[in-house]
Amino acid sequence: MNCRDVIGFLMDYIDGVLAASEKTEFEKHLKVCTSCVAYLRTYEQTIRMEVATRIEDVTIPEELVRAILAARKM
Amino acid sequence: MTQLTFDEPELIARLRAGEESAFEQLVRATSGRLLATARRFLRNDEDARDAVQSAFIRAFQSLSRFRQESSISTWLHRILVNEALMRLRSRRKREEESVDDLLPSFIEDGHQTRDTVDWTENAETAMERAETSELVRRKIDELPESYRTVLVMRDLEEMSNSEIAEALGISVNLVKVRLHRARQALRTLLERQFGGEQ
Repeated sequence: MNCRDVIGFLMDYIDGVLAASEKTEFEKHLKVCTSCVAYLRTYEQTIRMEVATRIEDVTIPEELVRAILAARKM
Repeated sequence: MTQLTFDEPELIARLRAGEESAFEQLVRATSGRLLATARRFLRNDEDARDAVQSAFIRAFQSLSRFRQESSISTWLHRILVNEALMRLRSRRKREEESVDDLLPSFIEDGHQTRDTVDWTENAETAMERAETSELVRRKIDELPESYRTVLVMRDLEEMSNSEIAEALGISVNLVKVRLHRARQALRTLLERQFGGEQ
């Protein structure tokens, strides 16, 4: 595998769905390519930073609660 | 979805009996999470509120068809996502931009044109600052709509590839292609922000 293949397979590698032989080739490339290691690490960092933006819950405005309940009766 | 603090079978029975207090209980218990989801998709508070209201109306009208195969909050989430997607589709279509400029490039033998530098340490330090989340959110919003939507559905709404494919009417393979490209494009946008001091 070269850098193009490794970056192409990155998501499958992270998801753990690469076939055993592909995984071996993938990891063999990582052992000799610091640039792909950096790409993998920053790709995973990107996902962590994305997830950190997640706001689980917000305060619901009272007028929206009222509007929803009123709309049900219409 | 996170479990909510109410006795679900009892609440559903009261909803089906048309008890007003049951509708209010459901709205108060679930609407905060639904509004947060709607804002992630629509990026506009007014549209997000309208989507939440429409989703509840749609849910109330189809309560008799709710089979209880999932929790009521998961069911409401699904209805809201469909509502948000419908609103995104009806917005005036812009020419879909490409993310090609944000993807890595390679020389003929398949090696990267330019070495990638590891900027995770800078990013980790930045994540301790409150304003970093807002910056990352703005970078997500810079992605073309079809990529941003898949990214939000998978990484923030934690939907599976097949759920996303079904909701968008596209193949699972296309979901995977768009997701990988979206993450790579966002990676480049974040690299421009956090990779400078290496």
